[in-house]
Amino acid sequence: MTTNWQEMLNPRVRNMPPSGIRRFFDLVTETKGVISLGVGEPDFVTPWHIREACIYSLEKGFTMYTSNLGLLELREAIARDLAGSYGVKYDPRSQILITVGVSEALDLAFRALVCPGDEVLIPEPSYVSYAPGVILAGGTPVMMPTTMENNFQLTARQVEAAITPETKALLLCYPNNPTGAVMGREELLKISEVARARNLIVISDEIYDKLTYIGEHTCLAALPEMRERTVLLNGFSKAYAMTGWRVGYAAGNPDFIEAMTKIHQYSMLCAPITAQMAALEALKNGAGGMQRMAQQYNRRRHLVMQSFKDMGLPCFEPGGAFYAFPQVSITGLKSEAFAEELLKEEQVAVVPGNAFGPSGDDFVRISYAASVDDLGEAFRRMARFVRRRGVKGRAGSHVIPLAAVK
Amino acid sequence: MKEILELLEFDARLTANEIAVMLNMDLAEVRRSIKELEDNKTILKYITLVNWEKVGEEKVSAFIEVRTTPQRDVGFDAVAERIYRFPEVRSVRLMSGVYDLAVFIEGRTMKEVSHFVSTKLATIEGVVSTTTHFVLKTYKQDGVILDDAEEDRRLVISP
Repeated sequence: MTTNWQEMLNPRVRNMPPSGIRRFFDLVTETKGVISLGVGEPDFVTPWHIREACIYSLEKGFTMYTSNLGLLELREAIARDLAGSYGVKYDPRSQILITVGVSEALDLAFRALVCPGDEVLIPEPSYVSYAPGVILAGGTPVMMPTTMENNFQLTARQVEAAITPETKALLLCYPNNPTGAVMGREELLKISEVARARNLIVISDEIYDKLTYIGEHTCLAALPEMRERTVLLNGFSKAYAMTGWRVGYAAGNPDFIEAMTKIHQYSMLCAPITAQMAALEALKNGAGGMQRMAQQYNRRRHLVMQSFKDMGLPCFEPGGAFYAFPQVSITGLKSEAFAEELLKEEQVAVVPGNAFGPSGDDFVRISYAASVDDLGEAFRRMARFVRRRGVKGRAGSHVIPLAAVK
Repeated sequence: MKEILELLEFDARLTANEIAVMLNMDLAEVRRSIKELEDNKTILKYITLVNWEKVGEEKVSAFIEVRTTPQRDVGFDAVAERIYRFPEVRSVRLMSGVYDLAVFIEGRTMKEVSHFVSTKLATIEGVVSTTTHFVLKTYKQDGVILDDAEEDRRLVISP
């Protein structure tokens, strides 16, 4: 008798659609000569001093488990960093947990928090794993669509309107992937008031905090009385170009960190020590390199905005991360059709906006974590593509000012 | 101003327009700044970094430690000038430590370089001694790794 695996599967998993990006990934891989602006990670390799420190740690024999919470020295460095950057204080012995990237931290937070029937509020468009994470934990994600007209920002009113007796937590993710939106302190204050009034836990994924170009990043935990009800998630992937190292952390209330640690110790045990050693070096000596990378992203951000303006695609100005989220419906195409036809006709890969939720269906995500060279060529091709679909570029403009750039 | 220089130092081919966009500055202002920087010799030259080995060009270069006798009033400057005026000399720097001038020389053959050192450099008045080190291999120059094996290995699409 053969086993019907489909029947055996946990229905929560069986019914979960695979990430929209997967299918598109295969399409891109089959196409030749592609310039990809679809990559959600820095184009920089991890700075050498960090890699070198990791090699040294291996030479010295740092190949063992660490405590479940992670290396104390790293937790202390994180506590110092958070205190220095945002004035929020965490006890490194009980309030910080090192995880395998923010991805694991998210999963732990959902599993530690969510009971069947609990609702978690999530802004949309947003990173692909939030809603599935809530579902896997047995909860119900409640999406709150944001719009280009409102700069893809969440409003306190929206949060208030989405709350039901079942609502347990609110997830925030600013600067945002895929939109590049940032949230100002004022609106965050209002949202935090709602969270306090309605007794919501806030899970704040601030992985792009250091890549903020407009204004200053507001750390949610730094707002009045918010440290106690915030689970602050961050890591090293984006700011220090360390995506493949898989190291992140959660900071928050000791009881909650303890709960997350329980799951972590029975599943992951600890984050890889090699990656933790590298992260420690990043915090000790990586500030300069990180700022230089951020400065380069910002310069490219200006180029990208100018290019969209020139080719006539509406795009709100992203204030953080390394993404732009232009509205492509002006071409008469929805996000997937736009991405597929652009790939077919001009060999430029972008990510369809609907991969980040239905509210992204008029948009595509382009990542400017790419060389200025590639950006120039990609935008030249994209300009041709949208022109063929009747989009009028700015009169007299070169369309792309990057023609000669290496 | 500094940011314009940073961009141009990294890539001299950037146009004023591109620089203006990247730095969110006014185009006319960028043009004016660059002109000013050129006029006051802050920007000395726009050059290309070439890996000559790729086209089979054999070049010999040597780094020479030069000890000198400093002269009254001008110190090391006069002897340095006598040296740096030679077109064979690529760079001259005054150093702290056991010797005074670090001189970098380029020629077509070892013989040519040695000849230059023995007949021109060593005989300059004020030069006390020279120690010549021939370059065997250049790994990195002006911040650029010559044979960089690191490439973009990222997945083409990721969330």
